[in-house]
Amino acid sequence: MKKSTSTWLKAILPLIIFIGFVALLMSGIGKNPRLIPSPLIGKPAPDFALPSLHDPKRIIRKQDLLGQYYLLNVWGSWCPSCRVEHPMVSQLASSGLIPVYGLNWKDEPENAKAWLQQFGDPYADILVDYEGRTAIDFGVYGAPESFIIDKKGIIRHKVVGEITPQVVQNELIPLIRILDAES
Amino acid sequence: MLAEIGQFLLGLALLTALCLSIIPLLGYFLKRKDWLLLARPLAYLLFILVFGAFLSLVWLFVVQDFSVAYVWRNSNTLLPLRYRISAVWGAHEGSMLLWVTIQALWVALVARFSQSLSHDRIGRVLAVLGWVSLGFLAFVVFTSNPFERLFPIPAEGVDLNPLLQDIGLIIHPPILYAGYVGLSVPYAIAIAALLGGDLDEKWIRWSRPWTNAAWAFLTLGIVLGSWWAYYELGWGGWWFWDPVENASFMPWLAATALIHVQAVSERRNAFRGWTVLLSILVFSLSVLGTFLVRSGILTSVHAFASDPERGTFVLALLGFYTGGGLLLYALRAHRIRSEPGFELSSRETLLLANSLIFLVATLTVLLGTLFPLVFDAFGKKISVGPPYFGLMFFLIMVPMVVLLPLGVMMRWHRDSFRRVIRLLLPPFVLTTVLTVIVWWLLNPLPLKALAGVYGGIWLLVNTLFAIFTEKGTLTRARLGMHLAHLGVAFFVFGVSMTEHTDFEKDLLMNPGESATFKGYTFTFEGVRRKRVENYLAEEGTFKVYQDNQLITILHPQKREYPRQQKPMTEAAIDPGVMRDIYISLGEQLNDQGGWSVRIYIKPFIRWMWGGGLLMMLGGLLAATDRRYKRHATAESRHLADQWLENNAQPISAGTTSKA
Amino acid sequence: MKTQLRKKPAARPFFQYPRKWLLAALLFSQTLLAIDVYQFDTPQQEALYRHLTEELRCLVCQNQNIADSDADLAKDLRQEVAQFVKQGKTQEEIIDYLVQRYGDFVRYSPPVRIDTIVLWTLPFAVLLFGGWGLIRTIKANNQTNAAAIAKTHSQPTSADSPTEPDS
Repeated sequence: MKKSTSTWLKAILPLIIFIGFVALLMSGIGKNPRLIPSPLIGKPAPDFALPSLHDPKRIIRKQDLLGQYYLLNVWGSWCPSCRVEHPMVSQLASSGLIPVYGLNWKDEPENAKAWLQQFGDPYADILVDYEGRTAIDFGVYGAPESFIIDKKGIIRHKVVGEITPQVVQNELIPLIRILDAES
Repeated sequence: MLAEIGQFLLGLALLTALCLSIIPLLGYFLKRKDWLLLARPLAYLLFILVFGAFLSLVWLFVVQDFSVAYVWRNSNTLLPLRYRISAVWGAHEGSMLLWVTIQALWVALVARFSQSLSHDRIGRVLAVLGWVSLGFLAFVVFTSNPFERLFPIPAEGVDLNPLLQDIGLIIHPPILYAGYVGLSVPYAIAIAALLGGDLDEKWIRWSRPWTNAAWAFLTLGIVLGSWWAYYELGWGGWWFWDPVENASFMPWLAATALIHVQAVSERRNAFRGWTVLLSILVFSLSVLGTFLVRSGILTSVHAFASDPERGTFVLALLGFYTGGGLLLYALRAHRIRSEPGFELSSRETLLLANSLIFLVATLTVLLGTLFPLVFDAFGKKISVGPPYFGLMFFLIMVPMVVLLPLGVMMRWHRDSFRRVIRLLLPPFVLTTVLTVIVWWLLNPLPLKALAGVYGGIWLLVNTLFAIFTEKGTLTRARLGMHLAHLGVAFFVFGVSMTEHTDFEKDLLMNPGESATFKGYTFTFEGVRRKRVENYLAEEGTFKVYQDNQLITILHPQKREYPRQQKPMTEAAIDPGVMRDIYISLGEQLNDQGGWSVRIYIKPFIRWMWGGGLLMMLGGLLAATDRRYKRHATAESRHLADQWLENNAQPISAGTTSKA
Repeated sequence: MKTQLRKKPAARPFFQYPRKWLLAALLFSQTLLAIDVYQFDTPQQEALYRHLTEELRCLVCQNQNIADSDADLAKDLRQEVAQFVKQGKTQEEIIDYLVQRYGDFVRYSPPVRIDTIVLWTLPFAVLLFGGWGLIRTIKANNQTNAAAIAKTHSQPTSADSPTEPDS
């Protein structure tokens, strides 16, 4: 009797392994394999000292922005998706929910300014990362990307890709509530 | 009109496959010989219908009917005729049509070359192959129809991806698919045997040539793919451990294990269950490959269809074929008798050890390929790339190389390790001497390369030694085996040398400048623009000198296809037995016509592909062994058909009933 | 979700999701080779640079290391790596630097950690366990069969010879 159960188990084992395997494959369907979560979430934002777009002589440092939570939006005039999300970013900024700062990434300042003239400038301030070094520190791998940084300078959330109404509704507003509750 | 005919033929093929998958099986279980006899004609009909649909698509490309969406997307009026034909399998839908066409061809071949099998057996095999064809035909018809029309009709097509406009991509997919799909034959045989519960040595003997043939095609397909990537991509690699490449490598590894286990289970009533499981595994991995390639769940350098719906469909097929097969196995396993009848020190043990090693290798590739998915399920990300696979493979293949000659020399049933080790002593000494000589000639060699050289020579010496001692008694099967093992020797040697002693240099070269590496002097003569067939090229000229003698002039290109925005790098290669010289053009860096240039010197890289070709030839040679024919005529159909006349129990292994 | 990077000098995106016509079985998304020319002080530095760029993954590409990729970000990372190498940083320091910013995804060589233990050990465990099982099965079956064979003489194995044709 005992032996027959063990043979039975041996016979059915391949099937059981296979079912687990299929479940794993199913979990992967429809996911975007290229979405890479940032390891920086929950960690202090990297130090930066970058010139402002409108006043290149003024250097903005990480410390200057402490004491408030804010959204740092990585964009460039060369990036079509940034244009797509721009109305939403503008709306977010004008709503007063959260201050929005821009990180102008690997862009010619003239192009950036012309772009803002055409589409509007919702940013509280814009940091210029011409060489892209700060972007590497932030782990940026494409544009647009957005970071939410709390008043202690900790990165709390990262949005990869466009900010859509769904993202605002499902990710940003709940987080802003938490941030409000903390202060 | 032609598109509708193709569509119609595909629909008929689907129906035929449905009949093929049901009628003979009913015939088997209801003991209706006339229904069983329908299997062969249905198999032929299936092939004719699918092939007709395939030809329709070819013709639509030849006449450039842009009203068909698939033709429009993958062709244009500038495209030369040869690429118009290969464009048929240049993208997803057409490549799946090629897939089912080759599938149908295998089914027809099985129907044709199965005279030795009794009707109940061939009926079952063809029915299982009918299920396989049915699934993939449904996939084509319902998710990937290549005959879909477009309205309004565009005047000009898009283009075939420039990378596919190349001889390598004309022949690589059909050969590779022939291998992938051919693996459905051992699967069908295993399932047919499980269905009847009559798994005996005849089944396995009959399965062997088919397994060998499919394996040989898969080998050639992989070699061609590797060679193509090497010369076409321009970055000098020949294997990237990319998910899509692994997708073809896994069935190959598992099929290698299967071939070696079949040698045991054909002659001993042992490890038959293991053979069945491996047969199921091999085909499952081939379907899994399709899933990985077409579902987009993994990131691959080969951009492929990122379509969840198609992915789900193929996953369902995988679940059906593999899940069904394993369920059947679970129900029938107790009927498979196992009586090894051989001792631990015997060839059988070593063949089984081989299958274990190759199975572990398969598992390693599978694990490495899918591990990112496991991490993904937990919301984390990881990359598993060449460093992992390279290290693991090295470690896993060391015992394989060491033990291979032992397995060849060992006697069946019972032998003593001491006898064989004594036999292997002279080759061992010779190998050591030869390795020292090679080391002295090619010094300096890194340790890993040296290990590979040692392994390669060890296999070479032993295989030649075995051929020499067996000459006169060599059958085709035995010679085929030795040939394949020689292939392994060359492969191991080639890989070790290329991977660990190659030379690579990125540099800026201005026209007229020279640079010298490894005894070769490269003189850059500049870049000029030219127009070729359907593209524009910037073509560099490099003169390569050795000992002040011009040995070759190389012309690497950077190409621009007007219909595509992406430029392409076309490397120039001077192939050689001892080394390849490989030059790629980067971009213009200054106003003096200076370009960034990458130069590779790749020692013995051809030996690696040569080894692959030898393996393929060995596999094919073994598949044509007279033994299979001899048995085929000896077991007359008349005898085999007695089962039907006697109306005996369909399940012959009644001796092991549950009581 | 779309992300795009700038292509120098012209502002044109290099990274996009596969368009419909790209839905092919075997296409390479990146076909242009990138070659940067960096000068290093020693051959060791050059070798380290080559090794690192081959082991670091280009994040925006399909599946490519940063050595081969033409992507803008890969170019930036190559530059960063070259600088670090010239400053005399070690391989670990440079990899750590990038892993801190981009996560484990950036390295092709997975770390040996508690959550990757399966990846590194499972093949060997299966090899050892399988080998043990194989030997045990053969030995066990042999013992039970020896008696049966002696009784029935049903196995024609004694006629086998090493030159017996087979593969």
